[in-house]
Amino acid sequence: MEANKLTSEQTLENTETRHFTLVSPLEELVLESGEKLSPVTVAYETYGALNARKSNAVLVLHGLSGDAHAAGSSKSDSALGWWNDLIGPGKGIDTDKYFVICTNVLGGCRGTTGPSSINPATGKPYGGDFPLITIGDMVQAQRCLIDHLGIQRLLAVVGGSMGGMQVLQWMVSYPDRICGAIPIATTMKHTPQQIAFNEVGRQAVMADPNWKGGNYYGGPVPAKGLAVARMIGHITYMSDTSMAEKFGRRIRQEKEPFKFSAEFEVEGYLRYRSDNFVKRFDANSYLYITKALDLFNILNGHKLADVFRGLKAKVFVIAFKSDWLYPTYQSQEIVKACKLASVDASYCEISSTYGHDAFLLETEQLTTLIRDFLNTIANGNGDKK
Amino acid sequence: MTQKTRRIEQAIISGWIDSGASVLDLGCGDGELLTHLIGQKGIRAQGIELSEQAIHRCVSAGLSVFQQDIDTGLTEYGDKSFDYVILNQTFQQVKKPDFALQEALRVGKHVIVGFPNFCYITDRFQIFFRGKVPISASLPYQWYETPNLHFLSIADFFDYCKDRNIIVKEAGFAAKNKKIEWLPNLFAEVGLFMLSKSTQ
Repeated sequence: MEANKLTSEQTLENTETRHFTLVSPLEELVLESGEKLSPVTVAYETYGALNARKSNAVLVLHGLSGDAHAAGSSKSDSALGWWNDLIGPGKGIDTDKYFVICTNVLGGCRGTTGPSSINPATGKPYGGDFPLITIGDMVQAQRCLIDHLGIQRLLAVVGGSMGGMQVLQWMVSYPDRICGAIPIATTMKHTPQQIAFNEVGRQAVMADPNWKGGNYYGGPVPAKGLAVARMIGHITYMSDTSMAEKFGRRIRQEKEPFKFSAEFEVEGYLRYRSDNFVKRFDANSYLYITKALDLFNILNGHKLADVFRGLKAKVFVIAFKSDWLYPTYQSQEIVKACKLASVDASYCEISSTYGHDAFLLETEQLTTLIRDFLNTIANGNGDKK
Repeated sequence: MTQKTRRIEQAIISGWIDSGASVLDLGCGDGELLTHLIGQKGIRAQGIELSEQAIHRCVSAGLSVFQQDIDTGLTEYGDKSFDYVILNQTFQQVKKPDFALQEALRVGKHVIVGFPNFCYITDRFQIFFRGKVPISASLPYQWYETPNLHFLSIADFFDYCKDRNIIVKEAGFAAKNKKIEWLPNLFAEVGLFMLSKSTQ
C-alpha cells in the first residue's frame, strides 16, 4: 500500500439507501413545536463496519439539498454520493476504519418522512399540513436511529452548512453521545441576510400557481418557482471569483432565437442546475427545511459562554475564507463559545475561492484535516480499529 | 537558530512548567514546543497560530489549535484561564508586543516570553564594523523579508518589565548551542523569561 497518500480514488460500490421506521403508527415523535408526528421513517446509508465495541461510528450530516446517499455509487442508478470524495476506503473519513452513517433529514423528500409523505389521517400527502420542523427535530430523529443501531456514543458528528447546524445541535442536545464534532461552514443562527435569501426562495415557490398552498401532489409541481429558488441558492453558494473563473462572460454555443434566452454561460448553468434540482427535490420540503434553517438558534436564550458548557467532546470548527453566505466570523463565534466554555477545540480557516460550495469542493484540504482529527479522537479513545 | 539551541530553549521552558499544567502557546507554529511539553510534562495544550499550513501540521500532531491573529487580543479568555501563556519567538513579531504581553499576563498565571537578543556580540560586530543590519542564527532574515517587527535586547526587556511593574521570576539565556550565564546581553542569542503580574 502506498504510504502517505493524500487522497484515495477508491469508490464504494452498490451503496443502498435503507429505511427504518423510527416510530410505529402506534407511537409518536414529539416535535419541538409540541406537535406529534407518526409514523416516522428515516432513510439512511451506512459504509464500513461497526466494530465490536460499537465505538467507531461517524455520523455524517447533509446540507439543505443533500440526502442519505453520501458516498459510493448507488446500486439503483450508480450516482455518486454528495461527499464521495471525502468518504470511502482510504479517504478522509476512512470506511476501512470507521462505520459511517448518513441519514436523510426529517422534512426531506429523499426517503425520510416529510411533507410529501402520506398523512395517515387523510391517506393523502401532508403537503401544507405537515408540522413545522426544526434542526432539533432532525437531530432527535437521527438520535433514534443511532439508538436503534445500538450505538451509545458516536466517534464523531460531521457536516457542513445545515449539516454543521445539526453538528452544533448534537453538541447541545446529546453532548454525552459524541466524542468529537466537526461543524463546517456554518453558524449558530441565521442573520437577517441569510433569512432574506431563504425568504426570496420561498416566495418564488409560493408564487408559482402550481403550488396551490402546498397541495399539488398528483398534479403539476411548482417547478418554475422551485427552480428560481434554487438559482438564488446557487448564486449564494459561489463567490464572485469562482463565478468569474467558471463562466467569465462567455456566450453559450446553442442559443435559442429569443431575446431572453440563456445567452451567457452562467445563465445556462443556473437553468441546468435548477432543472436538475426540480427533478429530485420536493418544493414543500424546500419550504420546510429553509424555515428550519431560519428558525435555528443554538443559543436559544442561553449566553454564549453557557451554550457548550460542560461539553467533553473535542470540537473542530472549519470555515472558508471566500464563503460569504456563512462568513468566517460566524464560525469564529462558535470558536468563541468553545473558548468561553473551556471546550477542547480547534479552528481552521481554509483559503479557498469556491465560496460556500467549498465544503463540497475543497476535498484535499478537508481530507487531511478531517482524517487527522478523527485519528486524534480515535487514538484518545483507544478505538482505532 | 540551530536545532540544538532550540532544544536548550525547550529544556529551559520545560524546566519552568509544572506537570499537568494548562498551557496556551501564542504563535505555536507547527506545535513543536507544545508537543515537547506534552511529552515531558503532560500539559494540557492549546495553540494559537495564524498560518494555515502550520494549523494543518498541528492538527496532524493531534494538537488543539485556533487559527487566529494574536494581535486581535485574547478577549474570549477570562482572567487567569491558563497556568502558563507562552510567547516564544513571536513577541518581536506581533504588531503590538506591549498589548500582546498585557493580554497574556491577564489570561495566564505565568507568562513565558522568548525573543532573539538584538545586542548579541556578533550582531554588534556586524553593525559596528560592517555597518550592516545583523544577520545571524537567531536573526536569519534579510531586512526586506524579516517577520520581526521589533528589535530589542535583553537589557531593553528588563527595563520594560521594570517600567510596567512586571515581575521577572525566571530568566534563561542561550547561544551557540549552550546555556549562557554570564553577561547575557552580550553573549546570549536568545533570552527567555518567566513573568507574572505584579500583585500591587
